[in-house]
Amino acid sequence: MKNINDPKQLLVSAIESGTVIDHIPAVTLFKVIKILGLDKIRNQITFGTNLDSKTDGKKAIIKIAGKFFEDDDINRIALVAPNAKLNIIKDYKVVEKRVVSVPDSITAIAKCMNPKCITNFEKVTTRFKVVSKKPVALKCLYCEKITDQERLEII
Amino acid sequence: MKARSLVSIDDLSTEEIMKILKLAAEFEKKPVQDILNGKVVATLFFEPSTRTRLSFESAVSKLGGKIIGFTDSSTSSVSKGETLNDTIRTVNNYVDLIVMRHPIEGSARYASEVSTVPVINAGDGANQHPTQTLLDLYSILKTQETLDNLNICMVGDLKYGRTVHSLLMAMSRWNTSFNFVAPEELSMPDEYKLYLDNLGLKYHETVDLQEVINQADIIYMTRVQKERFSDPIEYEKVKNAYVLHDHMLADTRPGMKILHPLPRVNEINPDVDANAKAYYFEQALNGVYTRQAIICTLLGLK
Repeated sequence: MKNINDPKQLLVSAIESGTVIDHIPAVTLFKVIKILGLDKIRNQITFGTNLDSKTDGKKAIIKIAGKFFEDDDINRIALVAPNAKLNIIKDYKVVEKRVVSVPDSITAIAKCMNPKCITNFEKVTTRFKVVSKKPVALKCLYCEKITDQERLEII
Repeated sequence: MKARSLVSIDDLSTEEIMKILKLAAEFEKKPVQDILNGKVVATLFFEPSTRTRLSFESAVSKLGGKIIGFTDSSTSSVSKGETLNDTIRTVNNYVDLIVMRHPIEGSARYASEVSTVPVINAGDGANQHPTQTLLDLYSILKTQETLDNLNICMVGDLKYGRTVHSLLMAMSRWNTSFNFVAPEELSMPDEYKLYLDNLGLKYHETVDLQEVINQADIIYMTRVQKERFSDPIEYEKVKNAYVLHDHMLADTRPGMKILHPLPRVNEINPDVDANAKAYYFEQALNGVYTRQAIICTLLGLK
């Protein structure tokens, strides 16, 4: 196990207790922040972006003090950060590692790509069935059209 | 509590489909009854579709129900900017069931979620039109006496044709073989072919109707529209290749029937009408019985 307290890695300062979300693609960092509602909570949050990663090109990392996520909540970011890894921190130590997985259904995160869909005309919460997880393909429960990874837009 | 609605043919199990078709056969024997006495049905047509609306209104009237509604959104509160949500939540106070036609895709599913009474989707844009599919199934079952092991020949615009896509999906519940006859520009989309591949169902694509016409139990004709072609010269080249004439039917199967969702323009020559294999007007009549069966099923009256 990599020691998260290794000073060489501390590009973003360590937290005493909370969650570290690593391996977020740099380009989707702000989408992850929005999906998890991190812009609306009062916890101490630090993040770094455009960090070099051996596997991901440019990555981003978020550290949220005093915050722990349920699987259902964290899986919502799988659409934009499918390789994200979570480190659960207690007393400055990684006590648990988790990966995200694309859920079977998606509510209120993605926009239907069909311009003629009711969800793009009226205030309707979007709902999708996940018909493929890799690459992601979502079937709109309203117009029944498929929104694929390329056309995926986060609301 | 959310009422049971019919938005997409996929909402129904095969067992439920067969139950509706059986009930439609009962209504065919006795189409005038008192079942809907005291019931009010709304026909909300946000875009005009005279044929579908008249069929529904006939179905309700013959069963003693009353109809309220509008035939075009320009004559309704929609033209004042009312949302679909508000229209449905208002109208569902006045009626026992809503029949809705709307140009926006997914509008019917949304309406069914906000409505306290059942909603029947009478077409939501290019998406679904399940009562058409059910009346097609009824017509096939009635003329072939089975829905299994049939050859369905689909002709014309197979790319944009909502009715052929729904019928394909519905018939794929049984062991059906398909022939797709269309100009290249309007051929069956890959997603439907892939769907059949996954189910192990056979299909064959051709541009030549004569090649496959004699294999068919059902010929399902659709209109090839000029607007669908990017190149008008292409349209001129193919426009007559997908027109059915009486002489082409000489060697077709004896029990074969020709279906068409109507309106027809020129894709079936009027000389076919007198042929016993022409079935499109009876098909339209079957729509009344099928809709009677659907309405009564959703209202829990049968």
